[in-house]
Amino acid sequence: MVGLIPLLVAFPFILGLVLLVTGSNRVRRPLVGVGVIAVIAGSLALAMPGVPESVMKLPVSPELISKGMLAIEAVITLYLLFVSVRTRRPLIALLALAQAGLLGVMELGGGHHVEVTHYLILDQFSVILGLIIGVIGGLICLYALDYMQEFHVHHHPEMHDGRCMFFAILFIFLGAMFGLVFSNNLIWLYFFWEITTLCSFWLIGYKRTDESKRNAQRALMMNLAGGVGFATALFLLARGGGPIELDQIVMAKPALVLLPVALLAFAGITKSAQLPFSSWLLGAMVAPTPVSALLHSSTMVNAGVYLVLRVAPVLQGTVAGILVALVGALTFLVASLAAITTSDAKKVLAYSTIANLGLIVLCGGIGTHEAVWAGILLIVFHAIAKGLLFLCVGVIEHKLHSRNIDDMSGLILKMPRLSVMLQIGMAGMFLAPFGMLISKYAVLKAVLDSMPLLAIFIVFGSAATLFFWIKWMGSLLMVTHPHENVEKNIGWGKWTALYSLSAMTFGTCMLFPLLSKYLIEPYVKTQYHLAQFTAMSDGNIIIMVIMLALVSLFPLSFINYGRNVKVIDPYLGGANKDSGIQFTGSAGTVRDMSMQNYYLADVLHEAKMMKAGVIFACLLLAGLFLKVVCS
Amino acid sequence: MSPLWRLLIYLVAAPLIGGLLAGIDRRISARMQARLGPPLLQPFYDVAKLWCKEPLVVRRSQNFYILFFFVLTVFTGALFFCGSDLLLVFFALTLSGIFFVLGAFKASSPYSFVGASRELIQMMAYEPIVLLTAVGLYMVTHSFSVDTIVGSAQTPIILLPGVFIALMYAMEMKFRKSPFDLAASHHAHQELVRGLTTEFAGPTLALIEIAHWYENVMLLGWLFLFFSIHWTLGLLAVAVCFFLLLVVDNVCGRVKWLFALRSAWIMTLVLGCGNILVLWLLQVFGILKLS
Repeated sequence: MVGLIPLLVAFPFILGLVLLVTGSNRVRRPLVGVGVIAVIAGSLALAMPGVPESVMKLPVSPELISKGMLAIEAVITLYLLFVSVRTRRPLIALLALAQAGLLGVMELGGGHHVEVTHYLILDQFSVILGLIIGVIGGLICLYALDYMQEFHVHHHPEMHDGRCMFFAILFIFLGAMFGLVFSNNLIWLYFFWEITTLCSFWLIGYKRTDESKRNAQRALMMNLAGGVGFATALFLLARGGGPIELDQIVMAKPALVLLPVALLAFAGITKSAQLPFSSWLLGAMVAPTPVSALLHSSTMVNAGVYLVLRVAPVLQGTVAGILVALVGALTFLVASLAAITTSDAKKVLAYSTIANLGLIVLCGGIGTHEAVWAGILLIVFHAIAKGLLFLCVGVIEHKLHSRNIDDMSGLILKMPRLSVMLQIGMAGMFLAPFGMLISKYAVLKAVLDSMPLLAIFIVFGSAATLFFWIKWMGSLLMVTHPHENVEKNIGWGKWTALYSLSAMTFGTCMLFPLLSKYLIEPYVKTQYHLAQFTAMSDGNIIIMVIMLALVSLFPLSFINYGRNVKVIDPYLGGANKDSGIQFTGSAGTVRDMSMQNYYLADVLHEAKMMKAGVIFACLLLAGLFLKVVCS
Repeated sequence: MSPLWRLLIYLVAAPLIGGLLAGIDRRISARMQARLGPPLLQPFYDVAKLWCKEPLVVRRSQNFYILFFFVLTVFTGALFFCGSDLLLVFFALTLSGIFFVLGAFKASSPYSFVGASRELIQMMAYEPIVLLTAVGLYMVTHSFSVDTIVGSAQTPIILLPGVFIALMYAMEMKFRKSPFDLAASHHAHQELVRGLTTEFAGPTLALIEIAHWYENVMLLGWLFLFFSIHWTLGLLAVAVCFFLLLVVDNVCGRVKWLFALRSAWIMTLVLGCGNILVLWLLQVFGILKLS
């Protein structure tokens, strides 16, 4: 009998290969549907209490699997060399060969053989990530069915229809992500890590335009650079005969594993698009929206912060940890400010993703138990709310043919349900007492208990966050004149995903005390050998629940809609013409009124800020390696 | 005093004190401008009259946001005066502010839109120092709890003068006083229309006014935290601060939004963060020991 975890990893891979040869849309739909149900059911089953050890049972001997992985990695290296030649980018070849060389020497040439006792890991943290991948990932795949149909048939009929490949890669990616979070052996983890890099490369380049090709290559190079860091960490660990298992590294003497851990954190920083590597995630927004939702906000980028949080206990209290935390804090601040300046909804979401991942990296760098608790909570809330936001923007873009925030004014009339969902997602991202704010509270407290100065980044960053979210929310609410409802022909797959994620955004906030008590707190306790740990006092939780209840009452006020009020036209500073959108100005001219958001683009220079951020982050990373190598 | 009693006293007394303060404000401002000024109770008469006016709206749902703004403002004050967690108080206040801004956005008129946008910029301007206040108080007293801060043996103002001055700067914005009354001013001479509250009328406008009273009382409570070593000293200091806010209000004209944002952030960076840095260094080098 095969354990559930190997099955959960292998099944999407196999389904992916089947989908690769499934040309017909009729066959693809049920196949994807079955796949989604299986993936969701599998991840839920693992989260049930009292899961037996046997779920980790491997079908064949682990050595054989390792050999298989090595063979596939060799093929990947060859493929990357081919890509490098075709795109005329020697850097890709260089990075691929560096990885292969390091791994080759380690596996074949090294005299030491590192013993691995546990190949797989099943603890609360990997269960949480598994749930995110299974449930959110599954829902996004469902959404993608409808989205890609509309994408090809209505919006880009000229484009090559690569849906076979698209869905195949989506499922292969899901399999790789499961593999990543359930691997305890770092060599296995690395294998899945590389596959996600490759999936991201393929999917970003899906449209085959020059821009998407360019951005895909940039994403590939930056992630490969992170991969080189990862491979170097493996090499060093193996050479030192040190632990090569995730759960062992944390227990080892920090002095012995600090350099490999710093390299792993570096790999995490590239994967999570922290400065100086943020540009790849912004470029990745050219991909179809389900890709942005799945890879570039909810799951793949979480792999980076997952790794950083896993090794956080080693970083705690070290200079390396402080530098990692600084990279995260800097990224949070710069990305939040940059998000103000842009009117492209997807780009705002991308910046906000980078910023939130920055907060999580900050938690990892601090590395105290409080910080890790806050970091995990952030991952959960962010994945759900951001997934929802991306999916909403995807639908809106198709219906309004624009993703400019200013064009979304009056959305409450054009697409009422979607507009409400968008607002739920936003509330989840920044409003008290929704998820992110609980996490922000926890982050601030964790920072103050260890490195108070980092709070400076947080206070300025959150002020910026507030600004760009509220101005967007305000645009959604504004109604100047009647609009036609265009919320039609949105498939059931899309609705299922949207409704589920909206409910989950709300539900996780309501049930957050349980989430913390049964999953996050036990993990933190075992990781830090704490007898007792309560992250948040009962009093505060009660206050938050009261606040949440208060805010939830808001929709109730619409029972009173239009009662006992007299409706008049807005004041326009002149005599209004027949409707509320025109007025008679000076000399009797009739003028239209218009409203435009503030983007502060001439105060906050996006390009300059990012550049400065990249330079500072490079200095921090250089400092990190100098410090770790010298000590 | 038990939290329940404090809650009840706050709910009843805060609007009375807030209204009286508004009356005092108008009297003192009038004297500064060589006028006699309205009766002390004029704010109450105003609100009573507004309450009887016809409820006019541009958008049918705009008043719901104001209702929640009111409820959340009162809730925030209740949290504060019951001695709860200061960070939560700040977050709740932000939430209530957001409802106000969203209401103005919802009204969808150009003037309220500009008012809302400016209010947002002001929120962005004062948010850092407000959070930094919590940070500073936590570093001094090791707690976010209002009760613990008040009961602590430390006098925060001695250790956090920079934070306090920067907070006073932000208070001009929170009290909607010149030079930072960009979103909605009570000075007719520098206001084009009415900014944030342009499209609110009648009872809703009255509600905004009462919410403002509740809010002001709580804001003065924040200032009190810095002088919490003794009740009389604290109240005296708060009275002085309030008078100072009025003086500045009357001697300054309105500034542009960019100046407001920049100057507030610079104040926060230099005085607020500088203060935190010094405090941290003193603690790291063991010069200052806070139990």
